[in-house]
Amino acid sequence: MKRHALSTRLWHWLNLFCVVILFMSGLTISNAHRLLYWGDWGFSRQQAWLEVPRFPDWMTIPGYYSLAVARDWHILVAWPFALGLLFMWAAMLLNRHFKRDIATSKREWSWSNIKRDIIQHLKLDFDHGDGKYNFLQKLAYGLVLGVLLPMMVFTGMAISPGLEPLLGWMVDLLGGRQSARSLHFIFAFAILGFFIVHLALVILAGPYRQIRDMITGGRIDEA
Amino acid sequence: MKRRGFLAVLGAGFVAGCNKFADSDAGSKLLGAAEKWHKNAHDLLMDRKALAPEFPRSAISPFFRGNGSVDPQNGDYPAQADAGFADWRLEVRGLVEHPLSLSLENIRKLPQRTQVTRHDCVEGWSAIGEWTGPQLSLLLDAAKLRPEAKYIVFRCADNLNGQDYYESVDLIDAYHPQTIVAHELNGEPLPIRNGAPLRMRIERQLGYKHAKYLTAIEAVASLDDIEGGKGGYWEDRAGYQWYAGI
Repeated sequence: MKRHALSTRLWHWLNLFCVVILFMSGLTISNAHRLLYWGDWGFSRQQAWLEVPRFPDWMTIPGYYSLAVARDWHILVAWPFALGLLFMWAAMLLNRHFKRDIATSKREWSWSNIKRDIIQHLKLDFDHGDGKYNFLQKLAYGLVLGVLLPMMVFTGMAISPGLEPLLGWMVDLLGGRQSARSLHFIFAFAILGFFIVHLALVILAGPYRQIRDMITGGRIDEA
Repeated sequence: MKRRGFLAVLGAGFVAGCNKFADSDAGSKLLGAAEKWHKNAHDLLMDRKALAPEFPRSAISPFFRGNGSVDPQNGDYPAQADAGFADWRLEVRGLVEHPLSLSLENIRKLPQRTQVTRHDCVEGWSAIGEWTGPQLSLLLDAAKLRPEAKYIVFRCADNLNGQDYYESVDLIDAYHPQTIVAHELNGEPLPIRNGAPLRMRIERQLGYKHAKYLTAIEAVASLDDIEGGKGGYWEDRAGYQWYAGI
């Protein structure tokens, strides 16, 4: 049996590509107005809960300040990003990847189990025993797939004025358009946080094998 | 420091690749097409006449920020402002059977619509205000559009960075019930920073569509021959999306 299903691998690389472009073009959009607010409205420092630093051009798309070009990239790549996520959810429900590997059982939510996982991670001991992922991995992948990535889509749609007649209830649920915008920003940086930890753990756990398996599928032969 | 240098090189390579793609024929077409995909999706999911949310008066923000032109100094605008816009005229012209030239008094006497809506700037900020004015559909019906008319162009008195501001919408947005020619903000005549004496409200789209300092409403068959041909000041100048519902 392959370690990673074809659907997982395709989505993984598509999603990486999309998230990188969305994040970097998003930094340009952030540079256009560096204040974040809660509620429905906000337009000056007086209402802001955060003044975001100006991101240097080299880490943005298009690499110089152009709100129009950044928005072009952002709204183009939003499509494969959102549809890809929908595809991944359908695939992992159908091939049982979600139920088998990501959904946690009640038993795993015990402090002793979580503590053991944390200690194992700190010791850089990546031998999982039975099952594909340990509790912290399941939690991380579950959060990314179930909360962080979908929330980027939902908060993004909530900022879109043209969608508001349809999604006004969602904007209200998120606390207003400026709250949705703040959450869009917060979830984006939570994804960056995941990305950094994920990358660090891949490097520590043997990057050659990890990356090869995410391309070829690898084989489950440890058992 | 070394790692940051490596990241910068990696990032620069990636960005250069993206820009090369964006400059290619296929790339620029694809980037332009995404705007239409969103518009089509919006049209598919919603009636284009569906209303933008309206708020109670208690939600009005204490100040309504101005952006772009906030105090035009070109042409006779300063003189008009000094005179309280007593001689301001709004023309309705182009592909219409009966061109109109309206005074502010004419506009105030028409049936009015008052709406408390949120204004979203493309930069990211929002403000809430109460706008009053006649629906654009009233003026268009009075002037009677010719069948060739496909777009409505808004001409403005302000000259920003050497170019006259203008904007345009399709007939669906022009006839949207919340599309009004506003002359009041929060029950007072429009302040100069918000577009005195007349401005458009296009509530389903971003702020740059809401043309200020309105002097004429022009029905046209195509946007190609108007100014830079892309349908608006920011569209021509910076490549902003013409459909600003995203």
